[in-house]
Amino acid sequence: MSKLVISSIGPASSVQDGGRHGVQRYGLTPGGAMDALALAAANSLAGNALFAAAIEIGPFGAAFTAREGAVRVALTGALRNADISGRAVAVGTSMTLADGETLTLGFARGGSFSYLAIEGAIAGEPIFGSLAVNARAGLGSPYPRPLQAGDELPAVAASGAAERRIDLPTLADAPIRVLMGPQDDEFGDATKLFLDSEWKISATSDRMGYRLEGPAIKHLHGHNIITDGTVNGSIQVPGNGQPIVLMTDRGTSGGYPKIATVITADFGRFAQIPAGKGFRFTAVGMAEAQAEARKFWQKLRTLPDRVKPIENFDLNIEALQDANVAGAAVSAIDAGTWQIPSAADALTPD
Amino acid sequence: MAATLSPPRLLPSGDSAITVEFSRNIDATANRRVLALDRTLARETIAGVTETVPTYRSLLVHYDPVQIDFDTLSQKLGILAQLPVPPVTNTRRWRIPVVYGGEHGIDLGDVARTLKTTPDDIVARHVAGDYRVAMIGFTPGWSYLSGLPDSLQMPRLLNPRLLTPAGTISIGGMQAGVQCLAGPSGWHLLGRTAVRTYQLHREPIFLLEPGDAVTFSAVDAKTFAEQDRAAEAGEIVAELMAS
Repeated sequence: MSKLVISSIGPASSVQDGGRHGVQRYGLTPGGAMDALALAAANSLAGNALFAAAIEIGPFGAAFTAREGAVRVALTGALRNADISGRAVAVGTSMTLADGETLTLGFARGGSFSYLAIEGAIAGEPIFGSLAVNARAGLGSPYPRPLQAGDELPAVAASGAAERRIDLPTLADAPIRVLMGPQDDEFGDATKLFLDSEWKISATSDRMGYRLEGPAIKHLHGHNIITDGTVNGSIQVPGNGQPIVLMTDRGTSGGYPKIATVITADFGRFAQIPAGKGFRFTAVGMAEAQAEARKFWQKLRTLPDRVKPIENFDLNIEALQDANVAGAAVSAIDAGTWQIPSAADALTPD
Repeated sequence: MAATLSPPRLLPSGDSAITVEFSRNIDATANRRVLALDRTLARETIAGVTETVPTYRSLLVHYDPVQIDFDTLSQKLGILAQLPVPPVTNTRRWRIPVVYGGEHGIDLGDVARTLKTTPDDIVARHVAGDYRVAMIGFTPGWSYLSGLPDSLQMPRLLNPRLLTPAGTISIGGMQAGVQCLAGPSGWHLLGRTAVRTYQLHREPIFLLEPGDAVTFSAVDAKTFAEQDRAAEAGEIVAELMAS
């Protein structure tokens, strides 16, 4: 049996899959990949089930080494420099590490999360059908915590299959679409300020929530409501008026009014916005949001059809990396970004 | 007898969930309707509904927009939510042992002073309460209880604590709580229980269900320590009473 050894890895990196469902009524959040489409794309390249467990890699660099045999992997999500023993490889492709070879990844550029799927998928003991790491609840397998250097993930011996690629065009800089509500009536005219302003994601964000920096959004009747349920993409506004977008490790309930909700089709794209980069929201109606959600799931389910042989793809690597240079200039990541959240960042029950 | 109850508000929580809101306040009638709709949806499944999350005043209904759209589901939920609430049968009743005061409940003395009585009287009032699990949320197993006696209601702390112990038994406003994991809290800490409302590798992983009845009993520190060891080894420790 081969294995993939984590040679080095930054914070905010953990095993994630499609998440655990059906237990929010007990206070257990679904968790799972921040960018479900990128996870499914990596699994498609590796020949795995779409929501199989893979490595979610935060914005910092990482290195993975094959031991006791060759390991085939696939890399998707945020653009990065990537090489295997000095040989450049591209995001959006599968690749095989010979025994002893190391895949080295640079900082994310123009995104936050990458996904590294292992051919045959990560094996572990599922809890409520999922291996996803939820550090706060002590959940996750094979390690119930973020990954650390020295961790080992068992892998099947590489199949030797021809390497493949997948192209996933994204609307990188389009506004993030939201549905207003459920408590937009708590904000009056401030909803216009919310939609008209440029926002940035704070460096103190994490898998529970992205804190936004921008103008203060004022409540009409104070910031405490009686707690109610949350979803991925709920945009709640605490007393200081700085919205928090709830992400996949969110609390299942919360007591701040929620001005709007990121639509399903844009949630992964939102999750990939780097800290400090400006973006805007735009409101859409229910019919459009649901049509987009149906298109999104259709696109995700048909990802395996988009997988192509890798021939001639080497030519594109240089162009791709040139294109990334501009991105690197605007998405510098400071050391304060993506630290493990401190207790001071945690919300309290209400 | 009225044929139907007042209509709830049906609020979109994004494109894949609906908040069925019965009240804007903590309100026992609203919570009964929340739990009744939750039971109805468990019994009469609607294709496309994936998960329901009860809270004090609303039921969050997660659904798959590929299978059912907002208008169709809203209409169905609106009808089901206005059906008369059937009487609850077979309520489970738990008795949860608590060690009160001292290092286990650091706010007991302050609560007694604020309410101008003795710590023993606060314990007596808390033990006398007949509680219901109104909702579970925030973190795994954090159980919010309705039924706190009026004589124990007081505002929450102005400055929440960043870390409170696992198993904390607390009160805040008109609510009582059973906390499972260590974490932040702005409530008043009366004591601790060895009962794990959430424990992996135990069957069931989650002990309490929304709608369960709960009472508390006082135990001494030695008993707590014994129960804590037993609970760590997977025992349930809480007593399931005949309802």
